[in-house]
Parts: sequence; structure tokens; C-alpha cells
Amino acid sequence: MALPNKPLGELPAVENPEIAEHECDILIVGGGMAACGTAYEIRKWAPDAKVILVDKASLERSGAVAQGLSAINTYLGENNPADYVKMVRNDLMGIVREDLIYDLGRHVDDSVDLFEEWGLPIWKQKGDEGKTLKEGGKPVRSGKWQIMINGESYKCIVAEAAKMALGEQNIMERIFIVKLLLDANKPNTIAGAVGFSTRENKVHVFKCKTMMVACGGAVNVFRPRATGEGMGRAWYPVWNAGSTYTMCAEVGAELTMMENRFVPARFKDGYGPVGAWFLLFKAKAMNALGENYMARNKAMLEEYPPYGLAKVPATCLRNHLMLKEMKEGRGPIIIDTATALAELGKNMTPKEMKHLEAEAWEDFLDMSVGQAGIWAGMNIEPEKVPSEIMPTEPYLLGSHSGCCGIWVSGPNEDWVPADYKWGYNRMTTVNGLFTAGDGVGASGHKFSSGSHAEGRQTAKMMARYIRDNAGFAPALKQSAKELADEVYKPVKIYNQFKGASTSADVNPNYIKPRGFMFRLIKTSDEYAAGAAALYMTSGPMLKRCMELLAWLREDSEKLAAGDLHELMRAWEQYHRLGTVESHVRHMLFREETRYPGFFYRSDFPKVDEENWKCFVNSKYDPEKKEWSVFKKTWHQIIPE
Amino acid sequence: MPSFVIPEKCDGCKGGEKTACMYICPNDLMVLNTEEMKAYNQEPDGCWECFSCVKICPQGAIEVRSYSDIVPLGGSVVPLRASDSIMWTIKFRNGNLKRFKFPIRTTPEGSIKPFEGKPEPTAADLDNELLFTEIGKTLPTP
Repeated sequence: MALPNKPLGELPAVENPEIAEHECDILIVGGGMAACGTAYEIRKWAPDAKVILVDKASLERSGAVAQGLSAINTYLGENNPADYVKMVRNDLMGIVREDLIYDLGRHVDDSVDLFEEWGLPIWKQKGDEGKTLKEGGKPVRSGKWQIMINGESYKCIVAEAAKMALGEQNIMERIFIVKLLLDANKPNTIAGAVGFSTRENKVHVFKCKTMMVACGGAVNVFRPRATGEGMGRAWYPVWNAGSTYTMCAEVGAELTMMENRFVPARFKDGYGPVGAWFLLFKAKAMNALGENYMARNKAMLEEYPPYGLAKVPATCLRNHLMLKEMKEGRGPIIIDTATALAELGKNMTPKEMKHLEAEAWEDFLDMSVGQAGIWAGMNIEPEKVPSEIMPTEPYLLGSHSGCCGIWVSGPNEDWVPADYKWGYNRMTTVNGLFTAGDGVGASGHKFSSGSHAEGRQTAKMMARYIRDNAGFAPALKQSAKELADEVYKPVKIYNQFKGASTSADVNPNYIKPRGFMFRLIKTSDEYAAGAAALYMTSGPMLKRCMELLAWLREDSEKLAAGDLHELMRAWEQYHRLGTVESHVRHMLFREETRYPGFFYRSDFPKVDEENWKCFVNSKYDPEKKEWSVFKKTWHQIIPE
Repeated sequence: MPSFVIPEKCDGCKGGEKTACMYICPNDLMVLNTEEMKAYNQEPDGCWECFSCVKICPQGAIEVRSYSDIVPLGGSVVPLRASDSIMWTIKFRNGNLKRFKFPIRTTPEGSIKPFEGKPEPTAADLDNELLFTEIGKTLPTP
């Protein structure tokens, strides 16, 4: 038995990596739906510009849609953008950027039409098979805004179009951007980014005139319900490390609604989607006594007008009612798949019934295969046996029923309030720095299609930005060597101290990314309203959380990595820390319980429309190294 | 359920430039041990069970065993992905079997012509809010 004192991975890190310097006009950081949208659109607006896309993984299967999807959750079709705003506003308890949501609603269908043209199979109603959406084919809707697809290869298709449009030679994969860089001369202006390869010892320094950052939301920022192997079975992609928020915040981009979070109620442990089961198959959820708890607890919805009174009450409030059952001991919560399928199958032929069964399985197999594994291992045939559902650990993201993120400009049009726009749609408060998808705050429910459309919008705006700033020559404050030393610091720490212990993982001089992550998620879970605390916290709990996180921030200087995979994890944990700090800072500032069911403040247990119908924004000053948190006015654009 | 590699079937992609599973894993989990010329999952509790490695492996050498902290042993979910469809074989713990086949794509792989038949924007179009495929449309306003 060898001593456990060696780096773990197959690609050991060296002290002094090679350095590659790149110059371009437009840098796209990320490879998910938003970044693929930007890559698709950019050539048409900036045909001669040098554009580089940098992805931490490989474009074909990166981002939240890597595994596929069984539905496109935002397709307006016969609906209008104003109704879309009303739906999102209600679901997110009132405080959203209606300009951004309305704007997204105007563009999203164009991306869905492209997906279908490129080869994505979209379900059609009987009689309309073979007719595209563009030709007037009627989709199978699982809800007012959702359409069903055969989406196993959704991302492969979207990535192929992005590659073909941008040119494969302009796409760099397996490079993890870890820091954005401000210009040396022009204040508050983006000028580049630095990252490293996870395949070879090489640091990459980019200089650019403008940039779009979309690296998804933040996962494993709270202790998950599974802490063994199942920790990987996060509801959102486990590789989303809050990089978008932390990197943009560190160069001074204003954040918004970072107190918001999403706690999805999903099939227990496998986190299979419930949307199709509730909306398409009409399944009912009930407590262990067989009672419909939504009906039983209806009075609790009436306490939250207007959000609880809508036809579909806000998602957090539906959790709120489920949690009452769990707290009072009436779990497990059951989704009655068997009765639902039996009802639907009443007038069906055996062949139609077989098709229905396949549809039910495809819902998992397209996007959450692990849930199918749970059904297989637990002998769950959904037409015979019901399943458990449960609220998960909290996630931070700018889509779905979540809306944390970055404060961006809205469209430069007359109907948009003056304090919502500063020239370039989707530009952050840092000149030249754009974001999309999970990056854009106060604007949830974009999902895959909306993120793609939003990425396309930023392409056009970046083209406009470089035209308007033709004379701008980016200059970095630090030398490439200084940047490389900073990026490889965890490797240097590891090498410096590894001799002090016979175990690579236990050493008094440093902390490995794995231990760092466990400390972070234990702290957030216990003090900042994680699942173990039944999503409850308070001012004193949050203050204590910040004290513990301050020590963790000090110790982030001592993160150590012996191989390239571990170096990636070290920087991911650093990004997670920044995102959790912002979340807690905002939770502490907002003295109300805006999202009952997602989290509660025991010291301010009610929604307070009088004092808190406003955004909470925060901003880091990179010069003074100080945070400020403040209220920002909310405007209603679409009448009730 | 983390992916695992069946040693007899894995040939390390014959030492080619791109080991398929290592190329595709979105979370950088699959690695090649060059001494044994076999791949393995270096961080099973970071596995999202996205099945990307299972679907792409040219030798069919990768399967998934359900998360040990959640799922009783004995079941399996195995995909066989072609260019236009995917076949799933589900084996339950009790031995029952189910098989499903779904379409995945209506066009041949690699056939996308992103700009064919699309409008060409002019420099003046850069100042409105339309995407290039929307040129000529009028955007609604509230």
C-alpha cells in the first residue's frame, strides 16, 4: 500500500505553466445555450471581427442542456409577451424586470423555429405531424408556455449550429476562465480574461474589446440532500459553480436579487421533472393520508395576495404548502402517477396506452436519466406504483423560478424606464461586459430557448459596442506572468507544503477543494436556510454565517491543487464562495420573507409590500475592495 | 448512478488524440490511465448521470451503476444511440424489462447550414433591436 501523498489525477500540475496570449474583438465565455446563441448570431453583425468562444467543457455536451431536455419551457406561440410578463411576475412574487422579460418574449420563438429547422424533433398535435411550427404546425403543449420535444440531442444540435456559424477554429474547449480583467486606462471597462487548460499545463490570457459571460448558475452551494455518490445528482448541472456571478461581481458589475433562490420540488433523489406529470398527465400530489394538500392548505395561499391567488400560484408558495405537510409529519409526499395514467388511458387502445407509457419514460430519459435508474432499482413502474416528491437543496440561478443575477441594461426603446437602460441591451454596469441566460438577474423563466435568444441579442449589442468604440485598444493591468502566477497559486501552495504530511489531503498548511466545498455547504445549509434547517433563517443566523464565511475567504488563499482537475475544482470552489457570500449579504439586507417556501426569515416572517417591493442590488468596488448593498426602484410596465 | 468502465471492453480509444469519454464528459470526470490504456471515472460523486460518456463510447465499454447512497442494486438503464434515434433498455431490480425507442434528430448529423436562406442584415440594421433572422419584422411594444 502506497502512502496517500501523491496528487490524485492523471494530469499533474507543474509550477510554471506555459502561457498563451490571445487578442480578439469579442470574447464569449461559456458554452451553454446562451453562448451558443451568441456564437450563432455574431457573424451576421460583426463579419470581420475576431471572435473567440471559450468553454470549460466541450460544446457538444456542455451547460444545463448537456443531457437533453424533454420540453422547451418558453415558447409563446399564440400567447403575447405581456401575458408572459404577468406569468413571470406572479411566479417570482412581483419583483422582476418587466422590460427584460417582455423583450425576451418578443424574440424567443425565433430561436425555437431555428432549433426545429436544425433538426430538433418537436411534438405536434394530431393532424399537424410533419408541419413545422413556422408553417403553423400546432405543438403539443404541456402547459400554457411549454412544448414537448424529443430532446435527447437538443444540445448537440444547438452546438452544431453554433460551431458551423462561428467556425470551429474560433472555439477553444477545456479552458476554464477564472477571472475577468479590467482595462488599465479606461475606468470600469472590460479588457480581457484569464483561464487555464484542464488538459495541459497552460494558462490562457485573453485581451478583448467586449465580452459576453454566461457560465450558468450555481449548484452545490448548499449541502445537498445526498452527500455520498448521489451528490452528483444535482437538479441543475453539478458543474455550474457560480462562475458567472463571482467573476462579473469582482470587476464591479452590479448584482440584483441575489437573495432569490430556487428550491425545486422534484421526484425524490433523482430530481426527475414534475412539469409533464402535473401539466400533461394531470397527476395529483398528496400527503401520506391521501389528501390533496394544495386544497387542504388553500387558506395559506390567501395570505399572499395576489401571488397566491393566481390560477397557478407562485412556485415558492406551492412549496410552502408542501412544507407544512412535511413539518407536521404527513409525509412522504406522493405524486400519484398510477391514477393519472389510468385516468388518461380510460378510452385508449392498448397501442395508445403503450405510447403513453413511453412518453412518461421519455420525460426522464431525455433529461434526467438517473431518475429512470431509481425507478429501475426500486421496481417503480409508474402505471402501477406512485413516486415520492420532495423539495431539493437551494439553487442560485437566473432562469426557471429563480431570478438572481446581474443588473443589466434593458432595450434602448422609449417604453423602457430611464433607470433601466444605458445604451446596450443586456450590458452589465461594466462597459463592454454583457451577460445572458442565468447571468441576467430579475428575469426568470427564460429556460433553454430564452437563454439562446438572449445570447443572440448580446451578439448584436457587442457588435454595436465595438463599432461605437472603434478606437478602444484594451490594455491589461497585470503582465501575463503575474496572471499565470495568480491562476496557478493553488499548485504553488501544494508544492510548497506537500512535504509536511504523509497524506496529500491532510496538511495544516493548506485546504483541498473538496474539504473547502464541504465547509462552504455545511455553513450555508446550517445558517442560511438550507434544507436541513427547513429553509429557515434569521438576521443573527445570517450574521454568524458571514463571520464563518469570512474565515473561509481567508482560507481560500490556501486552496491547494496537485493536478489539473483539482485546480479546476479549486477555482470552482472560489467562485461558489463568492456567490454564496452575495446570497447571504442580500438575504440579510432584505428584511422580509419574500419567497415563503424557498426561505423564511423568522425575524421578518411576512411579505412586506410597503417597504420591500423593490430590487435589492449590490456592488463591489474593485479599487476600494468594498461591498455596498442598496435598494433599487421597481417599475411596473405591464398593467395587472 | 456514476459511470463505470468495463475493463475488457475499454481499449483507451487506442491511444488516439481524443479519448471519447474524456472528450465529452461535461464535468471532466473521465480520464485515461495511459499505463493500462483504460479510462475511469475519477470522481464518482461528481457524476451527474448525464450518460454522455455511455452514449459516445465506441466500444460500449461504459455503463452506469445507480448511486450507492440512494438506489438498491440490480437495476440498469442502458442506451444505444444512433444518428437519428436512441434505444433505451431498462432492467428492473425484479428482472422486468422495458425497451423504448425515441427519435433524436430529423436531419443528418453535420448537415446544419446555419445561414442558408436567411436575411443579410445591413450596417443600418445594427441600430434596431431585431435579430438578423427577424429583419423586416416590427417588434411589439407594451
